[in-house]
Amino acid sequence: MTGEPRLNEEERALLAGAYGEPRRRAMEQLLSVGRFFDAEDFVEISQVHLMADTEALGESGVEFLEALAKLPWEERRVRVPTITDPRGADFKAYDRIKQDRSYVALERRASDAFAALGIMMTDTCINYQTVIPPVKGEHLAFGDTGSSIYANSVLGARTNFEGGPSALAAALTGRVPRYGFHLDRCRRGTTRFVVQDRPRDLSDWGALGGLIGRRMRSYFEVPVIEGIAGSPTSDEIKHFGAALASYGSTPLFHMIGITPEAPDLQSVFDRNSPDPIQLGRQDIDDFLAGFRQGGDKLDVVVFAAPQLSLVELQQLGGLMKGRRIHPDVTLIATTSPEIKSGCDRFGITAEIEEAGGILLEGVCFYQMHAREIGEANGWKRLMSNSAKLVNILGGYGYDPVLGSMQACVDSAVAGRIVA
Amino acid sequence: MSSTIILKAHAGIGADVSGVALVASDNFSARYDLNRIEGIFSRPQHKLFGQNYVGRILVLNAAKGGVATAWMLREMAERGMAPAALLLNFANTIMAQGAAFGNVPLMDRFEADVTELIRTGDHVEVRSSRGEVIVTRS
Repeated sequence: MTGEPRLNEEERALLAGAYGEPRRRAMEQLLSVGRFFDAEDFVEISQVHLMADTEALGESGVEFLEALAKLPWEERRVRVPTITDPRGADFKAYDRIKQDRSYVALERRASDAFAALGIMMTDTCINYQTVIPPVKGEHLAFGDTGSSIYANSVLGARTNFEGGPSALAAALTGRVPRYGFHLDRCRRGTTRFVVQDRPRDLSDWGALGGLIGRRMRSYFEVPVIEGIAGSPTSDEIKHFGAALASYGSTPLFHMIGITPEAPDLQSVFDRNSPDPIQLGRQDIDDFLAGFRQGGDKLDVVVFAAPQLSLVELQQLGGLMKGRRIHPDVTLIATTSPEIKSGCDRFGITAEIEEAGGILLEGVCFYQMHAREIGEANGWKRLMSNSAKLVNILGGYGYDPVLGSMQACVDSAVAGRIVA
Repeated sequence: MSSTIILKAHAGIGADVSGVALVASDNFSARYDLNRIEGIFSRPQHKLFGQNYVGRILVLNAAKGGVATAWMLREMAERGMAPAALLLNFANTIMAQGAAFGNVPLMDRFEADVTELIRTGDHVEVRSSRGEVIVTRS
């Protein structure tokens, strides 16, 4: 156990209330977390990504924000650029999926309160693909686990998982306690995996992330992955990281020869590298098979978690173009407002919607009251190509199936699971 | 005849509390594992599936994915539907941030596996600031 984190003059002023009560409270909260993790001091951050959906916030979280939003501008405004994770409702499309109006009303209140703090409502978990990608070595306070693991691992930036209240505290103070993945010593590899067979599609990449995530025992374990020859695409490594962070509690991985801090094994392990765990095709197939039980009934197909990039939506549009979703099945895809606008311009939205699909913006399926919309629509059997999504929805009353994007679309058209 | 043991851990977050333990060797995420309205574990694969956690000293292995837990602990606490305290082998940042924001007592980093040191039904006193837990078994 170490002592109290060192504070500089500015931080002492924040803690003394010189910049108002919200910043004092924020600094106190950050200090409490800093003590818990033995932080020696604080580090200034350049941007904040804030988890802001009302399913997570609840009524009490929204009331907390509304109280903050009523304070004078100088007391309530965020100090660094701050953007948001997906909301809980698409204000343009909530009736299409029978979303309860009370959630939508709560969502509007939250959105208004966040905006009053100077927060930019980007409503995306793929901010690194759509808003502003961080730079190697940049210190951040990122919310969503998928965006955090991408920023740390693929881009070499530095963030811990910052839950909503903590990200808000970071936005109000412009800093975080320096512990965990802000420190060189916490970014060293701890566990080694050798991948024998390259994943074939996005669901395979997610399955590989899930396989490694299930083996992670703590937040501070850093898996090192060997055997991937040639860079994955941004979407492939996105699905891999999002699943790894979801099945584990893992903010950082190194992929030898691919990610910026891992040119070779010697660069990431302090001493001799540990014996590797081998992962092959059979492991991926077994992982997928674990979600393929109980017949071929299908209610809903969801592409989300993470939101889809422009490239993924172009692929999806291509698979759906000229086909027709079975009347007993709903097909939903989610993306950011910026990408949705692009899809509208490029005709991708039309390809998806004319086939009977629904393209939602600013939301992600599991953050939009998935349990309640499942009950309202009679959805139980869900198919997705996102290993992260099927992991989460098992706890939300769904019976999820994991398959490729192609298999998901074919199944939606057939009205039953085909793969 | 009851026995009492004192467990040492890293200093935690939150006030001193006591209650009855609910223990499993599984991991924990408020978003993925719980039905927070009913106050029960809702993920079928979880060893505590169907069990009510409200007011219990919840003892589990590691905090798992899902940044939403940080908002959720306060929301659960304000509705009176939170566990009395969380004792984990390994917390993550989200759990610590949520505990700090929601005033839910949290401790981790025990001398040995806390899910083996404490059993369901034990009476547990949590002294977060001192990094100490007193376990009484009857």
